[in-house]
Amino acid sequence: MAAASSRAEVKAGLRLAPPLPKSGMIRLTPLNQRRLANFRHNKRGYWSFWIFIILFVISLFAEFIANDRPLIASYKGELLFPIFRDYPESKFGGFLARTDYRDPFVADEIKAHGWIIWPPIHYSYRTIERSLPTPAPSPPTWMLTKAQCEAAAARVLPPGQPNRGCADIEWNWLGTDDQGRDVAARLIYGFRISILFGLALASISSVVGVAAGAVQGYFGGWTDLIMQRLIEIWSSVPQLYLLIILSSIITPSFFVLLGTLLLFSWVSLVHVVRAEFLRARNFEYVTAARALGLSNARIMVKHVLPNAMVATLTFLPFVLNGSISTLTALDFLGFGLPSGSASLGELLLEGESNLQAPWLGLTGFFVIAIMLSLLIFIGEAVRDAFDPRKTIA
Amino acid sequence: MSEAPLLDVRDLSVTFRAGGDAVAAVKGISFSLARGRTLAIVGESGSGKSVTALSILRLLPPAAHVSGTALFKGEDLLKCSERRLRAIRGAAVTMVFQEPMTSLNPLHTIERQIGEILELHGARKGPALRQRVVELLTEVGIPDPAQRLSAYPHQLSGGQRQRVMIAMGLANRPDLFIADEPTTALDVTVQAQILTLLKDLQKRHDMAMLFITHDLNIVRKLADDVAVMQRGEIVEAGSVAQIFRSPQHPYTQALLAAEPKGVPPQSDPSAPVVLEAQDVRVHFPIRRGLLRRTIGAVKAVDGISLSLRQGETIGVVGESGSGKTTLGLAVLRLIRSQGPIVYLGQRIDGLKFRAMRPLRRDMQIVFQDPYGSLSPRLSIADIVAEGLIAQGTRLSLDERRETVARALADTGLDPAAMDRYPHEFSGGQRQRVAIARAMVLEPKFVVLDEPTSALDMSVQAQIVDLLRHLQEKRQLAYLFISHDLRVVKALANEIIVMRHGKVVEQGAATEIFANPQSDYTKALFAAAFAIEADRSGVVAQ
Repeated sequence: MAAASSRAEVKAGLRLAPPLPKSGMIRLTPLNQRRLANFRHNKRGYWSFWIFIILFVISLFAEFIANDRPLIASYKGELLFPIFRDYPESKFGGFLARTDYRDPFVADEIKAHGWIIWPPIHYSYRTIERSLPTPAPSPPTWMLTKAQCEAAAARVLPPGQPNRGCADIEWNWLGTDDQGRDVAARLIYGFRISILFGLALASISSVVGVAAGAVQGYFGGWTDLIMQRLIEIWSSVPQLYLLIILSSIITPSFFVLLGTLLLFSWVSLVHVVRAEFLRARNFEYVTAARALGLSNARIMVKHVLPNAMVATLTFLPFVLNGSISTLTALDFLGFGLPSGSASLGELLLEGESNLQAPWLGLTGFFVIAIMLSLLIFIGEAVRDAFDPRKTIA
Repeated sequence: MSEAPLLDVRDLSVTFRAGGDAVAAVKGISFSLARGRTLAIVGESGSGKSVTALSILRLLPPAAHVSGTALFKGEDLLKCSERRLRAIRGAAVTMVFQEPMTSLNPLHTIERQIGEILELHGARKGPALRQRVVELLTEVGIPDPAQRLSAYPHQLSGGQRQRVMIAMGLANRPDLFIADEPTTALDVTVQAQILTLLKDLQKRHDMAMLFITHDLNIVRKLADDVAVMQRGEIVEAGSVAQIFRSPQHPYTQALLAAEPKGVPPQSDPSAPVVLEAQDVRVHFPIRRGLLRRTIGAVKAVDGISLSLRQGETIGVVGESGSGKTTLGLAVLRLIRSQGPIVYLGQRIDGLKFRAMRPLRRDMQIVFQDPYGSLSPRLSIADIVAEGLIAQGTRLSLDERRETVARALADTGLDPAAMDRYPHEFSGGQRQRVAIARAMVLEPKFVVLDEPTSALDMSVQAQIVDLLRHLQEKRQLAYLFISHDLRVVKALANEIIVMRHGKVVEQGAATEIFANPQSDYTKALFAAAFAIEADRSGVVAQ
């Protein structure tokens, strides 16, 4: 046996094979290195990628950026972490079960016996500002007149202090919505939930769709025929009505919505992957792999799937964007996440019903448009990077 | 030659710009061609011969930069206006391409395709046009030309399509006829017919012919003069008789010596039988109608029996579509077949996919196209190691790499290159990788499915030598499938001549080559060895 003899020779120190290339943290094959270089070469996609990653990472820490609780507080020599723990108000001389740190009484009490570090925005997505300078929806603070600011400041300041107008009130950078909630805070949380929902839906439905398409295309014949017919029937179920019916029975939470949309969205990739597999299963190197005795699963993953990857990656940004806009649309129609949760769709709905407050609609529009465009640019760059005409010259 | 040559090419250079680099495809070549003569440009793939032909008619993509002169009847084709060039293309200078499948428009009838070129350059209309098309089709030997006028390209065979292409080339009585490997994609018998036709037509019309080919046999048969190209330069030129008698340049000498030679190793009649197949049949059902009822079957392989001993080679020859490859796949159980197949005393024709997997280690296959049979996304080491992993050989990473390196070294490749990817290798090297992939598992039986057809002549000979060497060393049994009889002659102990899935002739190679019995085999041999077209009608057009 060659295996046995080469084992003996390895022991004896006789070697023909070159040493393995030194590997760093991640060992990239030359092919992937070229793909990475191609991706970097696409400036628009590359910059979109970094902008998106930064925005996404920031939004992942939404609680540390926009919250109605302080990050750290020191009260009578004790270090408190209100962002992680609920302290009863009795600790600060009050009577409620949970402390409202925005209450001037509590804030003054803590400040008198220590200090407070707040996140940059003192509102959470569900914090309702009760002392608005104008009736809700109130415009961004920088759009207020001096008189409005002074009137608002007079309400919060203890009597006798000098009134410095806008400098003395809490700022709403993007105004508030019709329930007096800070738009900027809601935006950060809404962005996060949209992206997470989109990523979860797109990735799970891709995995399911690719697997289904792979099985159909690779085995063909009856498997293909039956599954294709089932998919045709399945995809003719009207999903919007189903969602409307569903949301009238149960309150759709994040995971209920994800599951329901998943039931239908996996179909979108099946056809592409199936076509690629039908084409690639007759390639000679696939026949060669069968002749080597590889199992079907291994052939599919190692030899055929890479062929389908380009098509899948071409579709993926659209699937991701589709998932995000589906969630936004459902929220806009009121069939999405429970009311009160931060969502971009709800922001759009508020903008639509409060046309006198253009900051609502405009903010929603720009955030959604920029987010979807960034994702499309990234998708384009990834697709170009995987283009075999560019990588395998 | 007293008169000025018809075509006079001086200092022709072609450079391709790809990204930032310029690649010189043709480097300052000169040649001339007189009326009534045939000049053959020979060379291996990548030597720039096709680029030369295309540049004369300025058919290259815009990325190509062409310099030099190409005087046709005193007029420089490389500098004349686009309008003037269009008048010359298709009229005074015409061209036939290699691939008959794609050079005709599949949506137009034969009449329309030939008629178009006549209309463009002459003013024939109506019945006169049709008359001329029929004349041309008769001239290129299409049977029943009047009935064939409304045929579409897919209704014609490859050889007939190439005849139609030639008819289009001849339509306006050209002075110069450029043929770019017109027979490479065709079977040997059809190739012989087409070449004979071209030779006749050239004599009759007193045309000049520029013939691009890689096949020296064709050159010897067809051309008056020959120019040998290597890496964009003409290394040797002269009359065919002179060059074939006494080649001067080492490259020409190597090319002439490159034909697969040698005799197969003697087979031992007492050696154990590795593979035995009886009455193997592969039928693909033809289904019609609403209920998809089976109304017949395409009999790809129809009752072939063979018995292969250790260290022996059976050559399977036949034209394309004769079922050779299907037979190879069937005995490896890669497609469904009927009839018993016995491997070392074990019936394998009923085994399931899973049950076949451990046996795969002993039975391997090497494919025709080394570009298609290697996954472009895996390194050479991964490709060769794949079988070892699949067969569950317990080896550490180092041991496996060593085994792979040994297999590569055995096939004449440098193990130091094992971490590179297939696209970094030439066709011949890729085929060696494919052979290494089969051999690393130490098989007992290998199906070689046209392993040399996609390769240049000089590389073919090397691969044949390699296969023979491996066979002698490891006592391998080969089922060698090829349409190239010269290669088969150098390797096979026994021959099966196949046609339409059936055996035409089967027996010891020496006997069949010396004394073929059936008319079809005779015609096949005449076409392959002497490029003689068969006129008895045994072979198809």
